[in-house]
Order: sequence, then structure tokens, then C-alpha cells
Amino acid sequence: MKSLNFSRWFPSGRTTVIGVPFLFLFVFFLLPFLLVVGISFSQQQLGIPPYTPLTKIEDDVFTLVLNVGHYKFMLGDDLYFATYISSVQMAFVSTVLCLLIGYPMAYYIARASESARDTLMMMVMLPFWTSYLIRVYAWIGILKNDGFLNQFLMWLGVIDTPLRLYHTNWGVYIGMVFSYLPFMIMPLYAHLVKMDLRLLEAAYDLGARPWKAFVQVTLPLSKNGIIAGSLLVFIPAVGEYVIPELLGGSDTLMIGRVMWDEFFNNMDWPMAATVTCAMVLLLLVPMALFQHYQAKVMEEVK
Amino acid sequence: MSTMKPSKPLSFAVLGFGYAFLYLPIVLLVIYSFNESKLVTVWSGFSTKWYWALLEDDELINAALLSIKIALMTATAAVVIGTWAGFVMARLNRFRLFPLFAGMINAPLVIPEVIQGISLLLLFVAMEQAFGWPEGRGVFTIWIGHVMLCVSYVAIVVQSRVRELNRSLEEAAMDLGARPLKVFFVITLPLISQALVSGWLLSFTLSLDDLVLTAFLSGPGSTTLPMVIFSRVRLGLNPEMNALATLFIIVVSVGVVAGNLYMRSVQRKRDREMQLAFNQA
Repeated sequence: MKSLNFSRWFPSGRTTVIGVPFLFLFVFFLLPFLLVVGISFSQQQLGIPPYTPLTKIEDDVFTLVLNVGHYKFMLGDDLYFATYISSVQMAFVSTVLCLLIGYPMAYYIARASESARDTLMMMVMLPFWTSYLIRVYAWIGILKNDGFLNQFLMWLGVIDTPLRLYHTNWGVYIGMVFSYLPFMIMPLYAHLVKMDLRLLEAAYDLGARPWKAFVQVTLPLSKNGIIAGSLLVFIPAVGEYVIPELLGGSDTLMIGRVMWDEFFNNMDWPMAATVTCAMVLLLLVPMALFQHYQAKVMEEVK
Repeated sequence: MSTMKPSKPLSFAVLGFGYAFLYLPIVLLVIYSFNESKLVTVWSGFSTKWYWALLEDDELINAALLSIKIALMTATAAVVIGTWAGFVMARLNRFRLFPLFAGMINAPLVIPEVIQGISLLLLFVAMEQAFGWPEGRGVFTIWIGHVMLCVSYVAIVVQSRVRELNRSLEEAAMDLGARPLKVFFVITLPLISQALVSGWLLSFTLSLDDLVLTAFLSGPGSTTLPMVIFSRVRLGLNPEMNALATLFIIVVSVGVVAGNLYMRSVQRKRDREMQLAFNQA
């Protein structure tokens, strides 16, 4: 009830205090997006801006022209459809791989001694602070045909001919897992570290085997961490551009790339806007889930 | 309760593998930045020549200076707006449009950058059509874009810090007759200063590193460092980029580790002082 009292501290200024950041976010986040929706219904033209206006007033007649051609084209075109499926699939596989590597890491960090935990978590976060572009670039030298990984495997005698990883989907998966792993570990760790270990003790006392105790106690208790981490990886991964561009092949289909090409290479802004709208539509459910989860976390802090 | 402890060998194996995965690429990058050969992955001898080459690379230096300038501007603006928004999130969250407000704070954390990039670009183009401002794209438009990218992070760090605050100090100041604005600047702000510092540093590095948003929002004459790096590494390995990356990694690692240790000591000191103060009261 205290926050209600606090609001009385701002008898006249309350609206201003809320209004300023609200307006800023509205103008630079929501409004731009509404414009994208609008422009996806316009037509490409030569000139500035390179799209036709949706409305005009001529002889006192107001006309609104909505061109649904781009949407029709996108729905009818096999390549776009394949790109959407492929983006979702690549993001999904990356998320699962992140979870498989991130969960055990978060688990053991959370169970490490209290003094070691902070350092271990700092070491997870440190790569996140260094340049993302540089970290993706670092993998080129490893994955190339004559790169470190192939040199090493051939020296071991495991393979005779180099594995083709650079410029393939495998390169993209590795790059994605590497870049997004900290985002998976953070929420998992946050949930695992505050877990009440007495619950596990109770499970053991009642005769549960370690594996069973994990599946029935630890895993359900970290459910929200798994959901949050997966969303933090999945949503940005669907629209990823840099990783498929640097590590993927020309046949690595991802929406972020298609949209970039429509925009910068074909200069077709309305088509790029349409692709963007479709991407948002695709991410609407995961975004709503993420929002729901974030609101829950904030309630817990109170 | 020895059964409670996770098995040591397994723990070492998992963490060893995990950290090797996170750090090996960076270590290799650093080592091979001292490679004499132009073929980055074939060692031919120790050399610092790629570092000297950096010094003569005017395109790179100009881009780096521009990036630093934008990062400074971004971090400062993002902390001001983000703190404001974070405070509203924590303390004034009972208004009708709050879900929309929270949504606009949270969504940029995950939304793919290509979406934000094209949206903001279309906004600036439409604004130019309507009011003749901003004229073309450049530092100003990049700045706004980067601020949008960072505000959410700052707001979330600040709001969680504000929620943890012990209200008694602020309430005491109110009882002593301080006006709300004064309470905020004299009491609340210093208490959350740690969150502001980490928000500023995070914004600075996010801005310095951003490629996608910048590509949409930059114009002729405003080429930032990541844009130059990207245009070069797109063609494959480049020893000069290894040298640049190494410098970058060293600066950031030293900064983050030092900052972390400093913050921990400050936190400990503050906890002790608070404890003492409350014990006496």
C-alpha cells in the first residue's frame, strides 16, 4: 500500500513525471511501428520518400489507398514461406542448444560456493560486454576449412578431409549459441540460486534418487527461468542478421536477411515493411509471453 | 548432507566445457593478432605489425572517434531517460496505461534490431517529409536509435534497484520537510548511483557495438566503427581486425573486472554503514 502513499507526494507533478518517459517511448517505439504497418500498404516509387502516400485529398475528396499486393505476393511466394519456416526452425534449434548447454552451467554455478558464484557469473557476463561483432568474427577463424577446428581434428586424426562448417547452417547454430548463451544462463541462474535446498533434502529423505529429485523438484522450480531464458534467445534469434550473414551460407534463409536485402539492395521499402510486419506477427505470441513473465518477476521483487 | 552436494567431477567438466566454449574463440583471436602472416590461421612468427597498421588506418580511426562520441552521448541520455522511466516503473505503476508503458520498456529488450531499425528510419523519413526535420540521417538519428536501444536496460536495472530501497531514508527526509523533487535528487539518486553507473557503462558498450540499428539510421559521412569492421570481415579474415578486436577486448575486460571489484567493495562498505546506522537508531 506504500506506493499509493508515495503517489500523493506528487500532487500536481505526477502526470508530468509519468508523461515525459511515456511520450518518449511512444514517439520513438510505438509510433514508428505504426508507420511500418502503414507503409507496408503503400507502393514503391522512385523519389523521396521511395513509397507512395496512403491518403490524398483531391477536389475535396479524401481517398485512402491500401495496397495489399505485398501481402498477397508474400503469401503466394514459396521463398518467403520457406524463409519464415527456416528462421523459426533455426531460432528454435539454437534455443534448444542454448538450453542444453546453459542449464547444466547455471545449475552448477548456482550450487557452487557463495564466494565462487559471483566470479563465475561475472565470467559468463564478460563476453556479453565485449563486442558482439568481434565475437561472431572470432568464429570465422575457427570454422573455416583451414581453420583451427579442422586443423585440430585432422591433427588428432579424427577426420581426413576438413568439415564444412563455415558458410553453413552449422556455423549459424554455433554462432547463435555462443552469442546468446549468457541470456539463457542469467535467468536460469537467478531461479536456481534462490531455490530452497530444503525441498531437495526432503525429497532425498523420502528416498528419491538424485535424478528423480531433479526432475520432480529442481526442474519444475526452475520452469520460469527456462521460459524466460528461452524467450530471451528465441525472439532476437528469429530476426538475427549479423550471424547468418557472417557465418551462414548463401542458402541460409533467415527473415532478417531477406528484409535487409529488400531494403538496402532492392530499395523496396514497402516490401521490407511488409516482411517486418509479418516478422512481428510471428513474434507476437512469444513477445506477449515474455511480457507476462517480466510482469511476474517485477511482482515478485515487491 | 553429503548427498546434497552436486558431484565435483561432473561440475568441473560441465563448467570447464562451458567456459572453454565461451573463451576459446576469444583467446585464439588474441593470440593470432600477433601473427606475422597475412593468413590469419597459419602461424608464421610473432609480430606487432598489425597494431602499427591500425595507427595508419585513417578510415578506422575516424570511425572509432565517431563511435566513441555517439556512445558518450547515448550513455548519458539513456541514463537520464532510463532512470526516469525506471523510477516510474517502480514507484508510480498504478496508472491506467501502465501495461502499455511496461510493454514499451520490455519489448525493446528482445525485439530483433532489424525491426527497430526500419521502424525508426521510417519515422525519421516521415518527420522530414512533414516538418523538414531532421534533415537527412546522421549522428542525431543514430543517437536517438541507440538511446532507444539502451533505455530499456537502464530502466530495468534502475527499477529493480529502486524496489529494493529501504523507504525509511526517503520518508525521514519527507518528514523533515523536503520537497519530493529534492528528496529524489538528494536521497534517492545517490542511493541508486550504482545502478546508474552500470546502466551508463552498459549503454556505452551497447552503443559502441551496435551495427544493425546504425546501418539503418546513418547517412553519408556518419560511418561508425562497427560498420567499418563489418564491411571488412564480411570478406573473411583480416589480421588488422584481430588486432583491433584484441585492443577492444583488453579495454573492456579490464574495465568490467575493475568495475565489478570496485562495486562489490562499495556495496560491502555501504551495507556495513547502513547496518551501523540502523543499529544506533
